[in-house]
Amino acid sequence: MTGHSLMSRRRLLRTVAYGGLTVLSAPVWADTTVRLPLPGGPDERPITTAFPQKGPMILQRTRPPLLETPWDVFDKGVFTPNSQFYVRWHWAVIPTQVDVPSFRLTVRGHVDQPLTLSLNDLLHDFPVFEIAAVNQCSGNSRGFFEPRVPGGQWANGAMGNALWMGVRLKDVLDRAGVKAGAVQVRLRGLDEPAVDDGPHFMKSLGIDHARDGEVMIAYAMNGEQIPLVNGFPLRLVVPGWYATYWVKMLSDIEVLDQPDTNYWTKTAYTIPDTPHANMTPGQTGVKTVPISRMVPRSFFTNLASGATVAAGQPTLARGIAFGGDCGVARVDVSIDQGRNWQPAQLGTDEGKYSFRRWEAHIQPPARGNLEITVRCTNSNGEAQPSAPNWNPSGFMRNLVESINVVAI
Amino acid sequence: MSSLSENKAMCRAVVAAAVFACAMLALPAAPAAAPFELKSVNVDLPDSDQTFPSGPGSDAANNNCLACHSADMVLNQPTLSRAAWTAEVNKMIDAYKAPVAKEDVAAIIGYLSQLRSAK
Repeated sequence: MTGHSLMSRRRLLRTVAYGGLTVLSAPVWADTTVRLPLPGGPDERPITTAFPQKGPMILQRTRPPLLETPWDVFDKGVFTPNSQFYVRWHWAVIPTQVDVPSFRLTVRGHVDQPLTLSLNDLLHDFPVFEIAAVNQCSGNSRGFFEPRVPGGQWANGAMGNALWMGVRLKDVLDRAGVKAGAVQVRLRGLDEPAVDDGPHFMKSLGIDHARDGEVMIAYAMNGEQIPLVNGFPLRLVVPGWYATYWVKMLSDIEVLDQPDTNYWTKTAYTIPDTPHANMTPGQTGVKTVPISRMVPRSFFTNLASGATVAAGQPTLARGIAFGGDCGVARVDVSIDQGRNWQPAQLGTDEGKYSFRRWEAHIQPPARGNLEITVRCTNSNGEAQPSAPNWNPSGFMRNLVESINVVAI
Repeated sequence: MSSLSENKAMCRAVVAAAVFACAMLALPAAPAAAPFELKSVNVDLPDSDQTFPSGPGSDAANNNCLACHSADMVLNQPTLSRAAWTAEVNKMIDAYKAPVAKEDVAAIIGYLSQLRSAK
């Protein structure tokens, strides 16, 4: 754990009771805070180093954990370190102890041969598969929605990119033998509802998607085992799709011969079935569909609003981009509100689902305020829109990103 | 982070070093890829003892909301309308089966609706 110096105001462990439930209280408060530029606030969040296997993180919620990646991390490279990869859980009952020898992954349902696999089986009995892929919360950037919407009030740091290593879901399903008539595969982890009758978190993928050879079960992330709060020991990886499908602590795979009707697949995580999942606040009768594929995004990482740059001199702007469900075709930068665009240079291609570095030299024409905008166009030809979308869940934000710098 | 051109130069240097290393290994029957092993994990997750700022309905909020989640989630929410808070409380009860006492529902909604001024 790093950053102990941030934790000078530790509180003593003590036990408190809330409504009959006794919980152990541990210190999570730090003297360091960060201000997120969320319109209307509240904008102040603690930086916490209290979570196991994690470095400094923006504390959005302690229990169950919502931890956002501090923005400076994204300027350091296209792979997000495990220690600062964002964290998001739905239910607070999360196992804190996972025993490698006794852990089992079950495969059952509409299959010829149900399986009970050990981690050793997964590590040694299947072909190894690796892929670089962005994991992004459906509600990343929700805090920028206007009008504001309830939910995790993320800035842009509920995303990360990692090199995932493990086995293809297809190979595991093939070993079990999927029966004719299978329609979906339902994934479930070890986390449990905090209340009786609460809906256990589960997500389903279409059978063809589950067997596409890219959806995988990861046991490693950036060459190391996955931190517990990021889903140790196994995490589903669904390249190009929002993170809600990337089930953590994956322990059960159920092949279904009927469409899944569970709350998390059918009701939660739905978006307006409209371009950019956009609707008008208060609009009624909007058809909704489950969220699925990601859309292109790009960000500045070396400059932020308020930065000063030299007038009349070339200034390096750089950042990261990703195509969503396909690669980055191009990144362009504008210093005149999108009337003219100049192409950015792209960095190493780590795979179509990865973050990709971009950089461009912009030249502020004169002293004064300057808005700089960046836009990604993906390899399907889809570009980031120039206007924000809105929906009541705060999902799928991907408009072009702009910063306001001062040329002096 | 250095510039892209510097990165490329570094990549070339790394590749050259890797090629050199491979050449030095003289290629006997290559063993299987370096085994990746997992180690059991046993950790503690921190919790929060934060309660809602005192005000009308704060007891109801403390008694009903904090069993499932810490207070910071609520205190980080933007200013929301009474209708929006009503929808949130109802979602907790209907979708997530939060065992909220019926007589407390109105007090919780009332408390949350004036949350910003309560702080």
